[in-house]
Amino acid sequence: MNIPNDLKYTASHEWVQAQADGSVRIGITDHAQDLLGDMVFVENPVPGRHLVAGEECAVVESVKAASDVYAPIAGKVLATNPDVEVAPEALNTDAYEAWLFSLQPDNPADLNGLLDAVAYRALVEADSH
Amino acid sequence: MRQVTVLNAVHREMGAKMVDFGGWDMPLHYGSQISEHHAVRRDAGMFDVSHMRVVDIAGTDARAWLQHLLANNVDKLTTLGRALYSCMLNEQGGVIDDLIVYLQPGDQFRIVVNAATTEKDLAWMRHTAEGLDVSIVPRADLAMIAVQGPNARAQVWAALPGAQAVSESLKPFHAIEFKGIFIARTGYTGEDGFELMLPVTEAEALWRKLYQQGVQPTGLGARDTLRLEAGMNLYGQDMDETTSPFETGLAWTVDLKSDRDFIGKSALVGQTFTQQQVGVLLQDKGVLRGHQKVETPLGLGEITSGSFSPTLQQSIAFARVPMGIAPGDVLAVQVRDRALQAKVVHYPFVRNGRGLVS
Repeated sequence: MNIPNDLKYTASHEWVQAQADGSVRIGITDHAQDLLGDMVFVENPVPGRHLVAGEECAVVESVKAASDVYAPIAGKVLATNPDVEVAPEALNTDAYEAWLFSLQPDNPADLNGLLDAVAYRALVEADSH
Repeated sequence: MRQVTVLNAVHREMGAKMVDFGGWDMPLHYGSQISEHHAVRRDAGMFDVSHMRVVDIAGTDARAWLQHLLANNVDKLTTLGRALYSCMLNEQGGVIDDLIVYLQPGDQFRIVVNAATTEKDLAWMRHTAEGLDVSIVPRADLAMIAVQGPNARAQVWAALPGAQAVSESLKPFHAIEFKGIFIARTGYTGEDGFELMLPVTEAEALWRKLYQQGVQPTGLGARDTLRLEAGMNLYGQDMDETTSPFETGLAWTVDLKSDRDFIGKSALVGQTFTQQQVGVLLQDKGVLRGHQKVETPLGLGEITSGSFSPTLQQSIAFARVPMGIAPGDVLAVQVRDRALQAKVVHYPFVRNGRGLVS
C-alpha cells in the first residue's frame, strides 16, 4: 500500500501536504481510491469558503459510489485543482499527485494533530482485518 | 457465510476485488471496471454468472403450467432452443422475478433465474405446480459463463473446437446444446455473444482458455453499467414484488393478446397505472444514483438505477416518473444539496458499441 512518509493523514482517508508558503494541499489516499474504484466525478469547495475541521467539503464519486471528503483542519479554501475535476481518473493513477484543493490553515499547529504515515498505515491495516 | 461459485479461487488469483452480491461472493472488478466495460463494448469480456440458477422443467403439464406461471407467453417459442424473457408475477401483478426461458426438445424447458431470488422462485414454482405433472429441477451442477462483445463468439469458437459449426448460424435469442455445453446467444450487455451453461467441473478450464486467448475477465461493476446502457432492468432495483411490469418498462413482456389466464393478469387488467419507467440523461455534471428524488412537470419521481456511462461519458439512469412524461422533457434530480438538470430520453442508451442518445 502506498502511504508516503512525508504526508499527514486523517482517519477518513484524506492526505495533507504542507507547502512552502504555509498553505496545505488536500487529497484522498491511495487506499481510498482503491476502495472506491474508477473515479468519475469530483466536486470541490468554492475558493474563499472557510472550513471547520471535520466539515464535509468535497465529494468524489466513482462509478460505484459517492464519497464525502472532510476538511482535515480548519482554514480557508485557496484553490481547487482543475485537472482532477476535468479528469477524475487521475485519482486512480496517482492519488498523491491528484490533489483536490488547497487550504490556508487557521492554525498551522493543527497539522500536528493529524496522523503520520505509520499511524495511518496501522489504521488501514486494522480496517482490513 | 457467503456462497461461492466454482470459479471463486480463480477470480481471486486474477486479482478480483470480491463483494457480497445477494449472498454470493462475487468479483466486482479485476482492477478497473471502466476498462472491463470498454473491453466488452470493443472486444470481448467474460463474466462468471454461475450464481444465477438454471432450472430445468419437464413433464406432460410443463407447457400449460408455464402459460399460467409467466406473464409472457411460452407459445411464442416456436423454434427449438428459442429464448423468451418474462416476468413471473404474484397475484397482485408484482414481479417475483424476471427470467429467461428456453424451449428444449420434447416440450421441455430451461429457465434461468436471478441469484438472490432463487429459493423464493423455486418455492413459488413448486407451489403453483402442485398436483400437476411438472418436474422442477434446479441445476446446481451447472456453471454459467457469459462471453460478451463484438469478438465474443469468435473467442468462444476458438476455445471450444467444433462449436463454430453448430452455433455460427444460431440467431440471437436462441440456444443449442453442444457436447454437454448449452450455448445461448443471449446476454445482459447489449452486445453480441454467448451465455454458456456447462458442468461445474469444466468451468475453470474454459475460463482459463478464454483468458489465455485474451478475453477480459469482467466483474459485476461493469455488468451493471453495461446492462444500464443497454436499457435492461435489474431485479430488486428497478422492479420488485411491489411494482408491476407496466410501471417498470416491461409492458412489452406481458402478453395480454392471448386469452390464457396467467398469475397476476386480473390484477394488471383491472388497474390504471400512474407511473412509468423512463430513460434519463444527466445534463449537468455529477452522477445519478438509485433513490435520488426527481421533480417533473407532472409531479415527483425517483431514480431507480443510475450510474456513470463509460460509453457516453455522462451519467444515465432509469427513473420512475408520472405517466405522461415523455422524451425531451426536462427533470430536476436532487443530488445532495443541488437540483441537477436531466433530460428524458429513449433507451437503450447504447447498443452494439454505439451511443444512441445525446
